[in-house]
Amino acid sequence: MNLEISQLRLPLASFVLEFNATLHAPVTGLFGPSGAGKTSLLETIAGLRRPTDGLISLDGVLLTDGAARIFRRPETRGIGYVPQDGALFTHLTVRENLTYSQRTQAHVAPPGLTYAHVVEVLNIGALDRRRIGSLSGGEKQRVAFGRALLAAPQLLLLDEPLASLDTELKDQILPYLLKIRDEFKIPMLLVSHSADEIVALCDEVFVLETGRCVRRGPASALFTVSPQPHHVLAKMSDPRPVSPTSD
Amino acid sequence: MSPDVWQVTWFTAWVAVASTLCILPFGVALAWLLARRNWPGKSLVETLVALPLVMPPVATGLLLLKLFGRRGPLGHWLEESLGIEIVFTWKAVVIATAVMSFPLLVRTARVAFENVSPRVEHVARTLGAGPWRVFWTITLPLARSGVIAGALLAFARALGEFGATVMVAGFIPGKTETLSLSIYHLVQLGRDDEALGLLAVSVALAFGAVWFSERMLRRTTA
Repeated sequence: MNLEISQLRLPLASFVLEFNATLHAPVTGLFGPSGAGKTSLLETIAGLRRPTDGLISLDGVLLTDGAARIFRRPETRGIGYVPQDGALFTHLTVRENLTYSQRTQAHVAPPGLTYAHVVEVLNIGALDRRRIGSLSGGEKQRVAFGRALLAAPQLLLLDEPLASLDTELKDQILPYLLKIRDEFKIPMLLVSHSADEIVALCDEVFVLETGRCVRRGPASALFTVSPQPHHVLAKMSDPRPVSPTSD
Repeated sequence: MSPDVWQVTWFTAWVAVASTLCILPFGVALAWLLARRNWPGKSLVETLVALPLVMPPVATGLLLLKLFGRRGPLGHWLEESLGIEIVFTWKAVVIATAVMSFPLLVRTARVAFENVSPRVEHVARTLGAGPWRVFWTITLPLARSGVIAGALLAFARALGEFGATVMVAGFIPGKTETLSLSIYHLVQLGRDDEALGLLAVSVALAFGAVWFSERMLRRTTA
């Protein structure tokens, strides 16, 4: 995966989001406090927001170019997006949610991304006739992952996928995210303000504060895993330590 | 019920259904535009749409009479170019009831659209659906209960319309005679017993429409 973001500018309510980086890692984390512009950056990459300036390209395909007034619509970008609450379609069944992209795209599932395989990996096969309202929080999140995967995206954007779950459920869902990473090998960009998740999932991390990247590097270089579960600390040797759970 | 009561009831229900069906596509489209888009003149359109709710119905009726009358800009054009006469016909009743019930449909449907999370629509876009497909497969089904509730409220309002209708369609027995016009006419003639019979029919129809509408609204907010 090669996601190039160059001189991106997006005015937000209290600051201007500015981002300039090339993302190569299989799983990249966007870390920082709430309101730092992480979700806005994801939405801009997905084509859900139009930046005032800058360029975004994915594997050589130009998605946005402010100067040339190029803007590829979200439905043609091949980028999957899972927001914090999953945003499932509550008027449809689980199966209808999962196959939504197959009804909207001239879709040929690549090998390994078939319906049967995805529901097996995510362990949601037994849910397929259920209504969304009858699912637990963890089941909803897995269905949201499955729905995004079945659109066969070239890049998967995950916006705080575990933030709405309690600690017990997080422990149940995290292995599924690891499975998605290892089984389907779809590059992921993960937003989180939890250092636990960043360390567990990401190869590289970008730290955002008020719309700017203030630090980047391998997750292992930015955070130290403490012996206590669910406690990952910013490295104190870092000149500008970042509070892992600051919100 | 006497044949006359049946005829008046049937005509009133028919007019209410026709006017609701006429305003439904425009009302839904406008409600969506008001809920989801910002455009120049939006607040002006919002105010215009709400006017029939607060203006005296006879004033709205007078406005329609001036617009659709033989010498009115629309009425003259319709008669000259298409040979369609509006005032003092059943078409005038449909237009008057449509105008009076339009704000109820738009306001209710707008709230229903605003209750649909834009995030759900965003996700549908990333799953390959264009804006039209998102509207038909996601937004409208999720707002369905509110839209139906708005249509039922509009239908109920159309059933009871009086002021605008009497101005633009008059009271012509067998031609523009609705339940409310009939009740007024019978009371004027001192035939209160017959008026009470029509009153019972009006109450039953309005009760049914509002009851279904409330059920739909509860489903929207559940």
